[in-house]
Amino acid sequence: MIFGIKTSPYMHAPQSVGQVMAQVIYALLPGTLALLWFFGWGVVTNLLLSLGFAVLLEALMLKLRERPLLPFLTDYSAVVTGWLLAVALPPYSPWWLILIALMFAMVIGKHLYGGLGYNPFNPAMVGYAAVLVSFPIEMTSWPAPALTSIGALSLNETIQQVFLGGLSTWDGLTQATSLDTIKTHLRLGETVEQISQGAAFGWIGGQAWEWVSVAWLAGGLWLIYRKIISWHIPVALMAALAGMALVFWLINPDHYSSPLFHLMTGASILGAFFIATDPVSASTTPLGKLLYAGGIGCFTYIIRVWGSYPDAIAFAVLIMNMAVPLLDTYTQPRVYGTKGRFGS
Amino acid sequence: MFNLRKLWQHKGGLHLKDYHKDQSTQQPVRQLSAAKASELVIPLQQHAGHKPKIIVKAGDFVYKGQCLAKAEGRISVPVHASTSGTIQALEERPIAHPSGLNDLCVILMPDGQDNWGDQRLTPLENYAEASAEVLRERISQAGIVGLGGAVFPSAIKLAVPEPVQLTHLLINGAECEPYITCDDMLMRERASEIITGCLIMLRALHEHAPAQGLNCLIGIEDNKPQAIQAMQTAVQQAKDPRLKLVPVPTQYPTGGERQLIQILTGREVPSSGRPSDIGVLCHNVATARAIYQAVVLGQPLISRYVTVTGKGVAQPQNFEVEFGLSMHSLIQAAGGYTPKAQRLIMGGSMMGMALPTDQIPVVKATNCLWVSEQEAESPALPCIRCGRCAEACPVNLLPQQLYWHARARNLEKVEQYHLFDCIECGCCAYVCPSHIPLVDYYRYAKADIYAQAEAREKADLARERHDFHQERLERAKREKAEKLAKHKEAAQTKTRDAGNNDKQAAIQAALERAKAKKAQQAASAPLASEDKPA
Repeated sequence: MIFGIKTSPYMHAPQSVGQVMAQVIYALLPGTLALLWFFGWGVVTNLLLSLGFAVLLEALMLKLRERPLLPFLTDYSAVVTGWLLAVALPPYSPWWLILIALMFAMVIGKHLYGGLGYNPFNPAMVGYAAVLVSFPIEMTSWPAPALTSIGALSLNETIQQVFLGGLSTWDGLTQATSLDTIKTHLRLGETVEQISQGAAFGWIGGQAWEWVSVAWLAGGLWLIYRKIISWHIPVALMAALAGMALVFWLINPDHYSSPLFHLMTGASILGAFFIATDPVSASTTPLGKLLYAGGIGCFTYIIRVWGSYPDAIAFAVLIMNMAVPLLDTYTQPRVYGTKGRFGS
Repeated sequence: MFNLRKLWQHKGGLHLKDYHKDQSTQQPVRQLSAAKASELVIPLQQHAGHKPKIIVKAGDFVYKGQCLAKAEGRISVPVHASTSGTIQALEERPIAHPSGLNDLCVILMPDGQDNWGDQRLTPLENYAEASAEVLRERISQAGIVGLGGAVFPSAIKLAVPEPVQLTHLLINGAECEPYITCDDMLMRERASEIITGCLIMLRALHEHAPAQGLNCLIGIEDNKPQAIQAMQTAVQQAKDPRLKLVPVPTQYPTGGERQLIQILTGREVPSSGRPSDIGVLCHNVATARAIYQAVVLGQPLISRYVTVTGKGVAQPQNFEVEFGLSMHSLIQAAGGYTPKAQRLIMGGSMMGMALPTDQIPVVKATNCLWVSEQEAESPALPCIRCGRCAEACPVNLLPQQLYWHARARNLEKVEQYHLFDCIECGCCAYVCPSHIPLVDYYRYAKADIYAQAEAREKADLARERHDFHQERLERAKREKAEKLAKHKEAAQTKTRDAGNNDKQAAIQAALERAKAKKAQQAASAPLASEDKPA
């Protein structure tokens, strides 16, 4: 009998990139449902448009790059990118904003660098940052949760706002986010405690945002439990962010928000568990992950507090993406039987 | 029941749901004698090291256990006849190598008598008093090599350099690789022989032991309760305080030498060092039993336990097989192939070697024949840097970085990332969600580095030769020139001297001649050559 030759190992864990990405999508469900609850149909249009554009652009780029469609479309990485952008952009975003964000994410952020696995920057954050600096008005018009929660705005009105723009009542439905409010009101000389009485604030974080954050947290913990992500990045990111917030809050609580507020508002939890953990653009060594995520936490705080943008997860992630090759090189773990990094 | 010991952990590794061991442990081990075979093919190179020198020729009659080839070179062991019979030929035959390449084999036609003649070595009953040298000599004579897979000559491993003091002798019964059960069955059935082998090794190492003796730890994975039970009984019967049985957690690759050392002693073998550098020696249970057979029974290594398993064979089980039998006959003894048979692998599912045919002899390294069914193929996707490989690596490498640099053929970088510490256990490739054949890249990079080093060495040698040749030519030229110059000088001096004398003589002669001419009016010219300066 003649047998085929192959090299060891001959066994493989029942796990594929597609399955990994699918679990990330499952973990995004609770947070997405919470968003839907608080912001209504705009979350659905965001999601449908974003996913549609992501898959279309992925297919188009694969075609242009003469790569096989099926294995790369079923890795679901485009779906994850689309999903992350959908939940990061303000609900009821106009269709063209979503398209531009996705074009930056999929075409420039991902495929021009070589596609899956070769992108140095987090594609979703590339898209997000590009539209944030280009269209600041649209990007800061977050609907007010109380006015747009599920059922408050009809599907017709939603479609009008998303596809035609200029829903006459739209301006009245938006509201500055808690991070935004703090930034503008501090300049007016108010204390954090006074500002926190405003409508945009909830119990510990932003109004509605705190509950969305809790839902992201639940999904994120499930990812750690399923060993899809390791604890290093979320823990280091949250620790750095909360740590910096704690120091300044202890120094002057009138001027600086509490660590808990910083964690439970904006995109902190989403960023810690779902965005910074994108394996392709993150550091891969244990120590490298801690430094990488710690850097994101610090930069997020710095930009939030002293920069001109209210939230900063996207910029912080992109900045730290640049440091990844360096971090990976200098944080090699000690190999069995060797003394140190380069020693033997 | 057991001496409670602190166990350490090795990093990474795999916890598999199913190690596929039960299918081949349901029946007792069957003996498979070489005497009834029509032909035995006994390769000369069955160990790591130098090829032994053949000492028989075609047409010779040999007894069972007779030496066919004797050790030659420092790292070498002899090869013995598995049964009595006539040497038919010495020729190249396919051996257990994925290339399907041939190698020199002794072809033996058994006479069916299984006749030991007078070829059995004298049993060394009082091994407890024997000198280390005598024991090592016997172990080497019996052709014993590490039966865990490395097939390195055991006597050399036991020859610890003089100043080294050992603390532990580890006996490896972990058998962590899926599908393989030969050590499990050996421990169940031959526990007391293994223990005697351990005592012999302890004796052979007594000069390197501390006053209270070596700690002899027998490590067995806890998924082999029957083997643990049998070995524990044997340890108790031996009543030797140095022997301790230590069940270790089931986790691939705990049976790797360096991993087992880490688990049992908490020490790490230096990257480019040997276990004896940290006072440890590690031998396999099957090696221990072979040592027992050689020393107590005077029997060379001519057989071993082999697992035949997988969905591709009808009756998975273990055999004690004499070397030289074809793998085909072994599969037939296990009921033949099933329709599912797709691949023949020597070894287990993580590190085994796929073979192109079963017309290959069973040798000292053959621990398992796994006939596998078709595995699910999925195309390799790009690396997404998820880092699971690094989590699984028992050596704490960064497999994904190694892959990256190996792919780019950046050989300097792969060495910097400790490529040569990779044990090719396959954990990284097993967990990779992108299904990248990572180990292939490391093998390729290693081969590339070896090839480059070899090419460099060759180039250096060639340059050296060229330089030497050039120098020799120049020297010859110089010497020739010198010689010529010397000759010239010598000739010149001679001519000059001769010339001077001749001139004076000639003048004298001329004067005389003139005188004579004058006197006699007769002239005779001097010889031209003599007059002419050279």
